[in-house]
Amino acid sequence: MYKMLLSWRYLRTRYIALASIISVTLGVATLIVVNSVMAGFTREMNDRLHGILSDIVFESGLDGFPDAEWHMEQIRHEIGDDIEGMTAVVHVPALIRMMVRGEYHTRQINLIGVDKATYAKVSHFGEYLQHPENRKQLSFLLRENGYAPEKKDFPPSGWEHRRLRSAFEEAFDQSSTPPPPVVQAAHTEPAAPASDAPPEDPYSKTGGDAEAVVFNPAKEQHPGIIIGIALCSVRARDDEGEVQDFYLCRPGDDVEVIFPTSGASMKAANSFFTVVDFYESQMSEYDSSFAFVPLERLQDLRGMIDPSTGVSKVSSIQIKLKPGADLNAARDKLRARFPQNLYPYRIDTWRDMQGPLLAAVRLETTILNILLFLIIAVAGFGILATFFMIVVEKTRDIGILKALGAPSTGVMSIFLSYGVSLGVVGSGVGMVLGLLFVWNINEIAGLLELVTGQEVFDPTVYYFQEIPVQINPFTIAWVTAGAVLIAVMASVLPAIRAARLHPVEALRYE
Amino acid sequence: MNSFFALATKRQRGSQPSSSPHAEFPHDQTAPDEAAGDVAVATECATPGSPRGATAIAGPAAVASTTQAITMQRAAAAEEPVELMAARGLSKSYWKGKHEVPVLHDVDFEVGTGEFVSIIGQSGSGKSTLLHVLGTLDAPDSGEIHFDGRRIDCLSTSRRDKIRNRQFGMVFQFYHLLPEVTTLENVLIPLMIAEGVFSYWRRKREFVERATQLLETVGLSHRLDHKPPELSGGEMQRAAIARSLIAQPRLLLADEPTGNLDRQNGEEVMEILRTLNAEQNLTIVMVTHDAGIAAQADRTVRLFEGRVQLA
Repeated sequence: MYKMLLSWRYLRTRYIALASIISVTLGVATLIVVNSVMAGFTREMNDRLHGILSDIVFESGLDGFPDAEWHMEQIRHEIGDDIEGMTAVVHVPALIRMMVRGEYHTRQINLIGVDKATYAKVSHFGEYLQHPENRKQLSFLLRENGYAPEKKDFPPSGWEHRRLRSAFEEAFDQSSTPPPPVVQAAHTEPAAPASDAPPEDPYSKTGGDAEAVVFNPAKEQHPGIIIGIALCSVRARDDEGEVQDFYLCRPGDDVEVIFPTSGASMKAANSFFTVVDFYESQMSEYDSSFAFVPLERLQDLRGMIDPSTGVSKVSSIQIKLKPGADLNAARDKLRARFPQNLYPYRIDTWRDMQGPLLAAVRLETTILNILLFLIIAVAGFGILATFFMIVVEKTRDIGILKALGAPSTGVMSIFLSYGVSLGVVGSGVGMVLGLLFVWNINEIAGLLELVTGQEVFDPTVYYFQEIPVQINPFTIAWVTAGAVLIAVMASVLPAIRAARLHPVEALRYE
Repeated sequence: MNSFFALATKRQRGSQPSSSPHAEFPHDQTAPDEAAGDVAVATECATPGSPRGATAIAGPAAVASTTQAITMQRAAAAEEPVELMAARGLSKSYWKGKHEVPVLHDVDFEVGTGEFVSIIGQSGSGKSTLLHVLGTLDAPDSGEIHFDGRRIDCLSTSRRDKIRNRQFGMVFQFYHLLPEVTTLENVLIPLMIAEGVFSYWRRKREFVERATQLLETVGLSHRLDHKPPELSGGEMQRAAIARSLIAQPRLLLADEPTGNLDRQNGEEVMEILRTLNAEQNLTIVMVTHDAGIAAQADRTVRLFEGRVQLA
């Protein structure tokens, strides 16, 4: 009883001891904030990386390998039970040119030919598109309107925009130069009758000798292309400081894409596409380099279809596994089926492919944790020193208690429970501070921005609208428990010293 | 002041000469052949872990609890009272570096039940050390201390702690109150030490009442919630006396209780001690350097350079 009474009184009357645990408090708060933010970033990154990549990627070089069907058959034979979806893909580095205010704007891209029926099933591709209908079922036909309903400043797009623009251009051309604007288009497509009508396959009647027809941009579109939103938009702050996107082109505009052909003599080929949607995964690396076109169209343009047999080449097969399936086991089975020395294929899981990035984040988190725990350990030595001071100061009280018959263990537990309470108070306050900070981190960032004038978290850099956080109860528990443990360990030595004091000498102490 | 002494020790010590261990330690009455204290001592010191020792220092509450014990006490009252505490051949020296500084030389000392003995000597004569050794705060280099017929100097630390807590009351020259807690809590500390947390809470009302009444009788009822630094020296010493009495001890050890007080406060404290001795038959051993104070005791033992000087 006297133990509780005295350690409580010492706690109440010794604010210096409270000061000594402020560093514990700050350490705990920082640890919680750092871990939550890092976990938030990792989660977002994992989500996005995984969303972009399917579970397992089966790929060869740019020229691709023939007969995707046979490979898929083999894959199904190996790991058929675990497969949820599979799709063949062609990817190739390319250049994209778009006309912005009368000037060509050229950028380097990763052109990906996807199968619109199956591609959305192996990744989160569909979710990242802007038109609600495309999210449900991917289509490379231009929609009438209704793009990006979530974005307030998204400009009018689709057929509406396309008709308006071509009418304007026509009027402009007629007023300036007499010759009629004729665009040579190898393949033209009829206008989609209405935005929601099921699009018919635009390629069924392509091939063969396409005669030169007059391409009417008000009614026809080129083959569709979906481009990464960062390729054609600039994120900046306007005069009021609000983050705003400025679009260089939008669904309905035409772009030109230049890419190498496949086969023995590689040449540059070019083709016009009509932007039909934007791709926004919020990973700036992908959003600023990916462009998606129909698979068959790209195979055709690159000469990847064998004219005699009709067998086409693909550059990779992406496989999505059922939830709970063992990723690495499936990969190892495929590697065993297609050994490296016989087949030129790289078979990796999405984790393998993003391994360096994920490992870097993990390493960063670990090092930060170690450093911050060292800070708490330093705080532990502060507590140790303060406690020794308090024990020296309380020497006479210890003598009194012993003279009154208090056992050494009782004296020791006064100081131990004092240490425990300090640790609990310190790390408890730290935990609350840390959690409050995490819950309000974006407001705090805004406030800091206001005070310092320095942008803390720049959404134009990170492509996150706000700082992502994830609170992990287990992390918080071990951080708090670790801090309490350090405080207790720091109080053990002084407590033992107090317990060992000789009562007579302690009573004589002035 | 008379009501105070009735409260201070509810046990009637006068009827408790306690010559036999049976009377004092009612739980320890099974063995018929252990009447001789020395036999008991031999076993205790040889085996400090034996459970008998634990019962030997059972708290005062246990003592008065059984009617059997009371009957035994009455039976024992007829016998001739022996010493409550006796010390034989105590020697103690301190080491200053390599030099041995002898403090006590072969000191024999005894105090009978209900006796008020003062130990007088100049500073450095070893009187405080003697009191500390008697109070088990310090261990003698050689010699034996018997309390109530049992040897206590060789008991384990935890049992000596319990004896100090329940059988001895101590008053010091510098009061030695805990500065962080109130007067009332200071008085309650020995009970907090004696009782576990739960039993203390269960009996808290009773304890607080006892402490309040003790403080009232030493004239500190208006100071219950004051902390020691707010009290005068005389008030602190009276609070310290109240604390020494709260656990109803059988022996009061006072180390220069008036040494730090002015004449009037010193007189008040001596008055309290004398009344305690006279009306409660409380055994008191008091150390002082003041012959005038010492003369107020029943008997005076003079220490000179660590030896007892005969009259």
